[in-house]
Amino acid sequence: MLGFLVRRGVAAVLMLAIVSFVTFSIFFLIPRAMGQTPEGMATRYVGRDATPAAIQAAVKRLHLDDPILVQYGRFAAGIVVGVDYSLGPRKAECPAPCFGFSFNNNQPVWPTLMDRLPATISLAAGAAVIWLFAGVSIGVISALRRGSAVDRSAMTIALAGVSLPIYFTGLVALAVFAYALGIFPGGGSYYPITQDPRQWFQALVLPWISLAFLYAALYARLTRAGMLETMGEDYIRTARAKGLPERTVVTKHALRATLTPILTIFGLDLGLLLGGAVLTESTFSIPGIGKLVIDAIRGNDLPVVLGVTLFAALFIVLANLIVDVLYAVVDPRVRVT
Amino acid sequence: MRKTRSLALTALGASLALALAACGGTAGGGPQQPAATGGGQQPAAAAAKHNDGYTKVVNPSDKAGGTLKFALSDEPDSMDPGNTYYAFNWNFTRLYARALLTYEPAPGDAGLKLVPDLAEGLGEASADGKTWTYKLKKGIKYEDGTEVKAIDVKNAIARSNFTEELTDGPKYFAEYLDAGEYKGPYKDKDLANFTGVETPDDYTIVFKLKAPFSEFDFLVANPQSAPVPQAKDTGLDYEKTVLSTGPYKIESHEVGKQFNLVKNDQWDASTDPTRKQLPDRIEVQFKQDANDIDNRLLAGQLQVDLGGTGVQPAARGKIVADEKLKDSTDNPYTPFNRYMMISTQVKPFDNIECRKAIQYAVDKVATQAPWGGPLGGDIGSTLMTPTTVGYQAYNLFETPENKGDQAKAKEHLTACGQPSGFETNIAVRGDRTKEVQVAEAVQAALAKVGIKATIKKYPSGDWSAQYAGKPEFVHANNLGLMIAGWGADWPSGFGFLSQIVDGRFIKASGNYNMMELNDKAVNDLLDKGIQTTDPAERNKIWAEVDKKVMESAAFVPFVYEKTLIYRPANLTNVYVHPAYGMYDYTWLGLSQ
Amino acid sequence: MSPFLEVKDLRIHFKTDDGLVKAVDGLSFELERGKTLGIVGESGSGKSVTSLGILGLHNRAQISGEIWLHGEELVGAGSDHVRGLRGKRMAMIFQDPLSSMHPYYTVGAQIIEAYRIHNKVTKAVARKHAVDMLGRVGIPQPDRRVDSYPHEFSGGMRQRAMIAMALSCDPELLIADEPTTALDVTVQAQILDLMRDLQREFDSALIVITHDLGVVAELSDDILVMYAGKCVEYGTADDIFYRPEHPYTWGLLGSMPRLDREPSERLLPIKGTPPSLINVPPGCAFHPRCPHAELTAGRARAEVPDLLASQPGHLVRCHLAPAERRRLWDAEIKPHLETQ
Repeated sequence: MLGFLVRRGVAAVLMLAIVSFVTFSIFFLIPRAMGQTPEGMATRYVGRDATPAAIQAAVKRLHLDDPILVQYGRFAAGIVVGVDYSLGPRKAECPAPCFGFSFNNNQPVWPTLMDRLPATISLAAGAAVIWLFAGVSIGVISALRRGSAVDRSAMTIALAGVSLPIYFTGLVALAVFAYALGIFPGGGSYYPITQDPRQWFQALVLPWISLAFLYAALYARLTRAGMLETMGEDYIRTARAKGLPERTVVTKHALRATLTPILTIFGLDLGLLLGGAVLTESTFSIPGIGKLVIDAIRGNDLPVVLGVTLFAALFIVLANLIVDVLYAVVDPRVRVT
Repeated sequence: MRKTRSLALTALGASLALALAACGGTAGGGPQQPAATGGGQQPAAAAAKHNDGYTKVVNPSDKAGGTLKFALSDEPDSMDPGNTYYAFNWNFTRLYARALLTYEPAPGDAGLKLVPDLAEGLGEASADGKTWTYKLKKGIKYEDGTEVKAIDVKNAIARSNFTEELTDGPKYFAEYLDAGEYKGPYKDKDLANFTGVETPDDYTIVFKLKAPFSEFDFLVANPQSAPVPQAKDTGLDYEKTVLSTGPYKIESHEVGKQFNLVKNDQWDASTDPTRKQLPDRIEVQFKQDANDIDNRLLAGQLQVDLGGTGVQPAARGKIVADEKLKDSTDNPYTPFNRYMMISTQVKPFDNIECRKAIQYAVDKVATQAPWGGPLGGDIGSTLMTPTTVGYQAYNLFETPENKGDQAKAKEHLTACGQPSGFETNIAVRGDRTKEVQVAEAVQAALAKVGIKATIKKYPSGDWSAQYAGKPEFVHANNLGLMIAGWGADWPSGFGFLSQIVDGRFIKASGNYNMMELNDKAVNDLLDKGIQTTDPAERNKIWAEVDKKVMESAAFVPFVYEKTLIYRPANLTNVYVHPAYGMYDYTWLGLSQ
Repeated sequence: MSPFLEVKDLRIHFKTDDGLVKAVDGLSFELERGKTLGIVGESGSGKSVTSLGILGLHNRAQISGEIWLHGEELVGAGSDHVRGLRGKRMAMIFQDPLSSMHPYYTVGAQIIEAYRIHNKVTKAVARKHAVDMLGRVGIPQPDRRVDSYPHEFSGGMRQRAMIAMALSCDPELLIADEPTTALDVTVQAQILDLMRDLQREFDSALIVITHDLGVVAELSDDILVMYAGKCVEYGTADDIFYRPEHPYTWGLLGSMPRLDREPSERLLPIKGTPPSLINVPPGCAFHPRCPHAELTAGRARAEVPDLLASQPGHLVRCHLAPAERRRLWDAEIKPHLETQ
């Protein structure tokens, strides 16, 4: 187990290094390879009427004229030891882990990420609870009543849920429940739970439901398929032959086996979402990681994009690790080695 | 380098009706239609109509209280008045930062008049036009109760124009002031070394220019002249703690997220006749979904889209289809002219007849469509837009219904020695969908007269530095036609014209005179104009420049851009301020 | 007195998209405690469905007929009532114990669970019982193995554990469905011995379901041969092994793997494949594969033969005249089998 964790930890660090380098390259190496000059890149980060001197200053300030590997090395070193940065009359310190400063608004990336994380966690966790509960319940009911009207209508809705993009369902939900009926507040109404729990909850209901709808649909289909497969297993017949009540057969024997692969997917989905639910956060203007990264991509804000990418990759790696360990706990046939 | 995403200072010379008439607006001229000048003076109108906010103050009221909510789909470059180039921020920062001068708070032409803000009066120019002196009003206080001093204005100019850190705002002062090799207040903390501005006493500010510049007053109406005490200056971080001189002060600023203002009790209305202080709080949310902003506006959950660039296509469709909704909107001009430049150095356009053929061949109704049809802008025929002071309407290349005249185009092709047409390229910023559509419309129109134009797309980031703004590249790649746009930073002909038509501004890179037009007559007129102190005389010269450039047939105007902005019912004292092309953010109040 | 288990005219039909599957079509037999019945047939003959039907595990299939267990009728009884009998009075040992035991629970937990459904005892008591049971089926160190997972057992051990689970509530009727198919030959013999011993010890009625006559040879008192959902021959083990009268039974005997013979050399291989239960051949279902069908003067194709007593207690479903059948066996089949 310890060996497993150590090996996975090393692999995770390696993977993060690769992810960071690839992301870095997309923003720096490829433009440079395509003939972009450091000055050309600097023009994005200075004012509209920047004088050549100001552009040169920006090139120097952002170190755009250094060789790529040096730039990357500086970035990587910043994560470990931190960097200093000029705000004008004084220097700003960026202690480790320093993912640098936003090119666009000069804010240090790490605190920004930490600031955005609660919103993303709120969104992801709330939605996850809803979709896991709703999706699995619907899937189980559908499987147990295969072919019934309940099953057919649930699966039709699930198909719609899987097919409809969040910016559609989200906008429709907003238009109906926020702007036409006024039951819930509209976009941009998110408040941290620590400041106003009531507002936090109200603002998140629609995003939760919209996001959960998509995933619940997916999970209902997965659960139904898994459940149907499990219910045909020999050990379910054995359980029945023992004289177990059907409810015990379903919950204790069938569901446990069905949920194991779903748990894996759930872990990965949640990890992915913690790296930012881009579409949901954008649609509802929730100031989370996803909103941060999509704005950063639009604004060519490399340090923020890199920071979020690494952050998200870290979550995915962690989620993978946790899922693997958990899998071993759930399924005795699996041993982590 | 002006970018279309934002609008810098704009002039609004005339109302819609006047724009159609061939009547030039005049800077500082009297209002050309009755304009409300104060809240409550306007009798309450029955129900506001479309474009009412354009000509009068809608919902005048002195009712105070409430929280005024703004939202922005992007985030601003900075909320620091000294470090922002967004037109909306030149409007909005006035809530907490007073400059030396500002514009008369009124719709229509009256609003283009410069009036004193922190200064006691307009600038006094020396006889040679190279020294401009302003006197500060006495007793004006910052939010912390300390008095505003002349040295603070000097520091504001120094930090915003001469430092490496504050790069976002324009650098006109650096360009015009006689400051030698001054390194800026962050590298050289002794302001005495900044010789471009002198402060002989606590209330006098003297600007020293390299050359006469008769429109200097426009420059100090820019928020960069809002005072910043050197001791409080935290550079890039100052946007979080701007020391207020206006009716509101910063309560909190989470960069890129949220910006909250509360009333500033040190603000004295008696020294400030141009602003109001009605809402209790003002809140701004950044990075909100653009379509959601429109929905919240329409649902009354939000009062203003801070950007002032108008509603998104989805909401536009809804508004156009609903007369009632349309009555709650205004359709002002932006300062932007959307046009195409023809390079006079790329064959066969070195021959004016070939340029004229293009002028007649283009279908301007087709090139108007990508901008959103008539609501998106009027079809243009000049360089200056109707809201530029000095604008005169005329059309040298009339075609039936603006749809092009193939017969005339062919005549000029023949005169050019290319009767069966020729091949050329259209350069366009590939990531700008609307401009690409314009290029496609031009391509289609030219094909009808035998000109085979190939569209070449370039990234907008390096458009000016590497591609269309680099004559060497233009020549090498045979870029005869280039789709572009331009908006002025202050509402005068000089502000609009100088960068794009002066032959001495043709640069090896970052060039905006992509026509490479170097006409001595034009250059001389520009010099003459900027030294002419009489505004009326000066404006005539700008009109002359405009015509001279159009006669070269190298400039093909498409549209004078307009926006459609929504005016929620619970907003009071709403009018389109002509200097900003959007609602006057310092006047707004709430009815409930 | 009526027999301990009596099945009368049992029919189990499944509706499928392709048509009605008559998995069991009119089956009758009886069994006393302490006795063993072997049900033999190829896969798809309906023998496993029969056992599921007796346990009430036929899911959504249509079932008709009567099943009497110790004077209680089960087909018409409520499903909850039948569930209460399952595991307690009648238990089943399944083929392939690896897939038939839940992979996520320890062997002990699965036995404990089976025991506690029917006996109100504490976990500790149930656990002790589980350890006892494992010991009784011959699992070494049962107190340690009780906490092992099925995948940690060898095939034979798993089958022993499966038997322990089935016997945990001391059932009166035990059904073993292909109990040794998944095991190698030596383990098969051990398991068969174990089952015989336990049956004696518990005095239960045992039904052994298999495609392999060899399995039931030593175990069974009676044998029922099934083909296409119907009984084709039913009699004592001696009847079936020494006086078989149905050509299908002859085929099965010929297919028996024997230690003295290579599996590939089969004297009387049954030609063709078992019929689909949706399209059962008309007349005698076996006629397309029967080497003697031409001796019936066309009746094999036209009429479904009845199950008739050839001798008392020996029932055969065949159009061939009893004398003809005996002649064929004595003159042709038997000598052939023996010469090999």
